Amino acid sequence: MTFQDRYTLAYKTYPYEKSPDQDLPAPVRHPVVIVGGGPIGMALALDLGLKGVGVLVLDDHEGIGMGSRAVCYAKRTLEIADRLGCAGPMVEKGVVWSLGKVFHRNEKIYEFNLLPEEGHKMPAFINLQQPYLEMNILDRVHAARAEGAPIQVRGKNRVDAVADKGDHVEITVMTPDGQYTVQADYLVACDGANSGVRAMLGMSFEGEVFKDSFLIADVRMKADFPTERWFWFDPPSGSGASQLLHKQPDDVWRIDFQIGWGANRTEELKEANVRRRVAQMIGEDVEFDLVWSSIYTFQCKRMAEFHRGRVIFAGDAAHQVSPFGARGANSGLQDTDNLAWKLKLILDGTAPAEPLLKSYDAERIHGADENIRNSTRATDFITPKSEISALFRDAVLTLAAKHDFARPLVNSGRLSVPCTYDGSPLNGPDTLADGPERTRPGSPCPDVPLEGGYLLDRLGDARGAQFQILAIDTEAPARFTAHGLDCDVMRLSAADSEMLRARYLGAAPGAVYLIRPDQHVAARWAGWDESAVAAALGRAIGKEG
Amino acid sequence: MGTLNTSRNLAAPDDVYDLLIHAHEGKTKAESDAFNARLILILMNHVGDRDAIAEALALAEV
Repeated sequence: MTFQDRYTLAYKTYPYEKSPDQDLPAPVRHPVVIVGGGPIGMALALDLGLKGVGVLVLDDHEGIGMGSRAVCYAKRTLEIADRLGCAGPMVEKGVVWSLGKVFHRNEKIYEFNLLPEEGHKMPAFINLQQPYLEMNILDRVHAARAEGAPIQVRGKNRVDAVADKGDHVEITVMTPDGQYTVQADYLVACDGANSGVRAMLGMSFEGEVFKDSFLIADVRMKADFPTERWFWFDPPSGSGASQLLHKQPDDVWRIDFQIGWGANRTEELKEANVRRRVAQMIGEDVEFDLVWSSIYTFQCKRMAEFHRGRVIFAGDAAHQVSPFGARGANSGLQDTDNLAWKLKLILDGTAPAEPLLKSYDAERIHGADENIRNSTRATDFITPKSEISALFRDAVLTLAAKHDFARPLVNSGRLSVPCTYDGSPLNGPDTLADGPERTRPGSPCPDVPLEGGYLLDRLGDARGAQFQILAIDTEAPARFTAHGLDCDVMRLSAADSEMLRARYLGAAPGAVYLIRPDQHVAARWAGWDESAVAAALGRAIGKEG
Repeated sequence: MGTLNTSRNLAAPDDVYDLLIHAHEGKTKAESDAFNARLILILMNHVGDRDAIAEALALAEV
């Protein structure tokens, strides 16, 4: 059987090699098998490998796909990458823009300047072509493997069948040398919006059916061009419902033309037609090279459940959203952040499997619904579905041209903000009276500058699945052990840090936080209470406390 | 019920109503519709309270 690549590679990073597994008489068992070597699969492999969990990535391609694709990575994604040790080169290479311009039909209606909150190690977001993100993760995988992380990546290994046998998963893999079988304690499908694993298991992928398509062009400008984001509602000359332009590294600008579901793919992708659209947007006299173009389609959908038995889904395989707000790759990386420590505790026998996997479903379905809601709202604003909806949208844009108060109503996509797991079964008590909203249980810890670095440098656990206790201006023991987990206690004072006070204490004089390995708050109290902390820790690992 | 003021609140109701009707004079149907949409957005911002707006929307259902 021959292999037909579904897309062009930017880098052939893991060419097919025959694995010794293929010649063994009995299938080899791996703790975790990941299907799909995109950014989500590879980030999960890195996270698990750093934790010492044996992981095998099976990818039907041999490297990193071409094209800028996801483009925009939000702060939470960079914080996750930083915990895994690969944010540095991304931030260094990435582009940050702060000046945005909003256009409606023929005119610019207003400009804005993003003023991100201070006191964070990571920027609010960066623009970066997806292959750079994937290359950085892969470089880190290679470095981790050299230090002994048990990560294997196999190119041109296509998964043809998956069977959950109850105590393991059996996976039939096709290679250029024929078929072989591997087994996994858990299989994680990170195989994208058209997930083959999801189809093999006949699992549902439903939601509000919203169909549209985008023509994407990466262009290299031959002369100076401003580092600004331009968003165009109803662009002139009928180029579609919206256009977006923003800067990427290497003097490349990314342009997204929303061209509707019925667009003729072949016609639209002809170079002359792409160039015509680009020239209409940036000006007929601006010289550019066309680097890459593609047509992207999407629907807003998610699976009803993100795991069944020993098969788990992450990233686009589990949920798909419109591109407004950059919520695809960003939410996928939050999936892996959520899942890795849970699999580690389950495989170590420290925590019960089903409650923790159910919590993955609950927390990440909450995240997916939030992303679908936000991207649907943006879509409804950009492409109004009724006459009255269009009337209000135009009224907002007309007012926004003259009045500041109307500008917050303009929705060209809300930048992905980290998901707070409100209502999660893992959340413990919040007895910090008047504590800040943003650090309630379920929240990702906001960063704060500390002496010699940042708080998030010291929170979370890349190498294991340890919980931490953060004691701010209150008594706490030096260590705490319960439920087979040994928690570090970090003591801080807000005396010299207004940011720490504002973000973690509010009006309270002191606080104790229980922090999960993924840097989310599990519970918080006004002071140390050993039995309460033990109960919350039990609850946070799926042992009802 | 909550925050929406549904008691009599206009000191000179005829004047205010007259302002509203006069504002639409000389406008086509499309212009009036667009005007009304802007007016609703302006007044919504003035109210500034999600619950009051939700109550008003429910009240407008008749």
